Amino acid sequence: MTFQIFWFCLIAVLWSGYFVLEGFDFGVGMLLPFVPRGKADREVLFESIGPVWDGNEVWLVVAAGGTFAAFPTWYGAMFSGFYLALLLILVCLILRAVSFEWRDKSDNPRWHAFWLGAHVAASFGAPFLWGVALANLLNGVPLNSDGDFTGNLADLFTAYTVFAGIAVVLLFAFHGATFLTLRTTGELCERVAGMARRLSVPAAAVVAGFAIWTVAVAVDRNDKDVFPPVLPAALAVLALVLALVFVRRRQSGRAFLATALGAVLTVATLFTSLYPRVMVSNPDFGNSLTVSNAASSHYALVTITVVALILTPIVLIYQAWTYYVLRARLSGEEVRPPTDAIAPPAA
Amino acid sequence: MSAIASSAVDLARVQFATTSLYHFLFVPLTLGLAPLVATMQTIWRRTGNDAWLRLTRFFGTLLLINFVIGVATGLVQEFQFGMNWSVYSRYVGNVFGAPLAIEGLAAFFLEATFLGLWIFGWNRLSPRLHLATIWLVALGTWTSAYFILVANSWMQHPVGYEVTNGRAELTSVWQLVSSSFALWAFVHVILVGLTAASIVVLGISCWHLARGRNQELFIRAAKLALIVAVPIAGANLWIGSHFGIYTTETQPMKIAATEAQWDTCQPCSFSMFQIGGFSQSDQTPSFSIQIPGLLSFLSTGSFHGKVIGINENQKDERRQFGRGNYIPPVEAVYWSMRVMAYLGSLVFVVAALGAFLYWRGKLARSRWYLWTAVCTIPLPFLAALAGWVLTEVGRQPWIVYGLLRTSDANSPSVSTTWLWTSLGVFAVLYGVLTLVDVVLLRRYSDPDRDLPGPESPEQPPATAAISY
Repeated sequence: MTFQIFWFCLIAVLWSGYFVLEGFDFGVGMLLPFVPRGKADREVLFESIGPVWDGNEVWLVVAAGGTFAAFPTWYGAMFSGFYLALLLILVCLILRAVSFEWRDKSDNPRWHAFWLGAHVAASFGAPFLWGVALANLLNGVPLNSDGDFTGNLADLFTAYTVFAGIAVVLLFAFHGATFLTLRTTGELCERVAGMARRLSVPAAAVVAGFAIWTVAVAVDRNDKDVFPPVLPAALAVLALVLALVFVRRRQSGRAFLATALGAVLTVATLFTSLYPRVMVSNPDFGNSLTVSNAASSHYALVTITVVALILTPIVLIYQAWTYYVLRARLSGEEVRPPTDAIAPPAA
Repeated sequence: MSAIASSAVDLARVQFATTSLYHFLFVPLTLGLAPLVATMQTIWRRTGNDAWLRLTRFFGTLLLINFVIGVATGLVQEFQFGMNWSVYSRYVGNVFGAPLAIEGLAAFFLEATFLGLWIFGWNRLSPRLHLATIWLVALGTWTSAYFILVANSWMQHPVGYEVTNGRAELTSVWQLVSSSFALWAFVHVILVGLTAASIVVLGISCWHLARGRNQELFIRAAKLALIVAVPIAGANLWIGSHFGIYTTETQPMKIAATEAQWDTCQPCSFSMFQIGGFSQSDQTPSFSIQIPGLLSFLSTGSFHGKVIGINENQKDERRQFGRGNYIPPVEAVYWSMRVMAYLGSLVFVVAALGAFLYWRGKLARSRWYLWTAVCTIPLPFLAALAGWVLTEVGRQPWIVYGLLRTSDANSPSVSTTWLWTSLGVFAVLYGVLTLVDVVLLRRYSDPDRDLPGPESPEQPPATAAISY
């Protein structure tokens, strides 16, 4: 049982890592049409996430792999049940991934416009759909006694789950803006800060709405008491309010920490509301998947626990070191990565 | 299409085959090119010769263009076990999930994080640290290959588990990760990657030599490629055939089907080519070219060895697993094995010929050879895909050999409508991505394109622009 709880928590941690790290990547992608003035600014935005987006996305890969290894029944039910939503997410993530490497590989303006558009659309689409998908774990979907999904795509879109999707999008946009206030200089930094201020109120409002609604759903549909889910929910709202204050006081570092904390606490609210279930069944509540009925055997859990305890700190150290190496603000006058400059313009 | 699209499980199979083969089109190049680019950068650091820096940057760009598709399509690979094969996921997650999760933690973080640092770290890291990042990327790609092959090998030859609570549960992680099948498969795949990448480097170098562009640069790259390609492609023929002997012990039906050997024989001749003889109702080919004793040698290591035929294996498996047809699609595995082996041998011959010409100092002047090397580029990739068709189709009707049938393993909740949708989306998306990837790789390896300059990337861009 202990190991099952450990893995439930670890999967929450992996999703938190994904929300914090890939969250600002998506946010930067969403801001691309609104903040930059001209190509040079856009390049700065791309370069702010260019070195790190792939490592950030691995948090998702490990969250999914960890779910497969620790809770195979949950993994099977969730991934087959949310089939078409996940298909859309995959399309978003594939287009976004190749846009990083391919967008500047031609001089054709339509080529640039296409990949920019694809990148922006994917940066909105993927977080929205993840919000919908994760909220559905709590809101409940029709499952049969084998744990197989018996509904259709429309069942995934309810008022609560769509609201959750919007909340994640706004949270990431705000988080991306506070990230950029740390990574840019000069006039661009001013405009990013202005955007962060404009986003702070709606982001705080929807996250608060999501937090309250999530606790209500947990009580209503998942047989939970108000406490403990209300604790991370209240803290999430507090983090966003603090972020709102910090961006107004131009305390960029604190504002970024606050939005990052907001992302972690949003995931924590959802997972606290879920426990001990991992996927709620509605209408047949008895078919819900729990940390115990969806889990792997004790031996398998011990094995991956040992591996995770050894490797996770190492990964955290070298990822943190990466951010340290790349800590300098980007003014738009940096050396282009030499691998991109292999075939310089015919100057 | 309508013939194969009769059921959800068939559609799921078509989708898995398409997306996996597509994914593996890009994987070997990454596996091989990462250490080759690292080697080039190492030579540059050791010798200070700017030619190697330019080559590092040139082939580094190709690595990045290719790597990103591998990442994007790898995500599909991980998701679709759950999306399309939920019964399988529940049944094997205990065993199969562990190497997948470890792959993410141990390998994907490593390659993704350090590739980002390699691309953007030229001016931010010390030269030694920067060199270390590309080697760590190479280590990450190899680690990833190892764990995914541990997972796949368990489907071929399950070890370290027991069936309890109606599912396979892990009992020995050591048996899982040290499975002989996995080790053979790992060595074989790594050698495939190095062969493919060195043939790509060789082909592109020869392209430049044939056009008379950047000779002094690409004669060096060609030499490096030949030093890698000749022994590696040769060794892989040996490893591949020994892997075959090992497979005879673990999956006798697969080998019998691969050889379209219906009756047990001793000694057995190897069918080089045949017409007919691929189905139960037609077991004797109408025409064939045979080499006496060679099949015995290839599958047992001795020219007098005994090979159990398909019919006897079918009887054995029926006795063991109950009624059913345990014969994989014979014609598909027969030809995929031959495409793999013949192309693999051809690649070795081309490489050996190149080494001979280089040794005689005639490589750059032998135009016929230069163009032959260019045309050889697709061959190792086709051989690798054929190898996977052999491995996976040859395991049928099992998804996990002896434990779970493919037809019992797909997601009950995924309808044929959903499957047609996803199949259509992946077909269009992957088709377009392949086209763009090939166009980009071709454009960035074109001899008529300006090459990276000799200036050190540590210099500011203004200097770089002027030096052109």
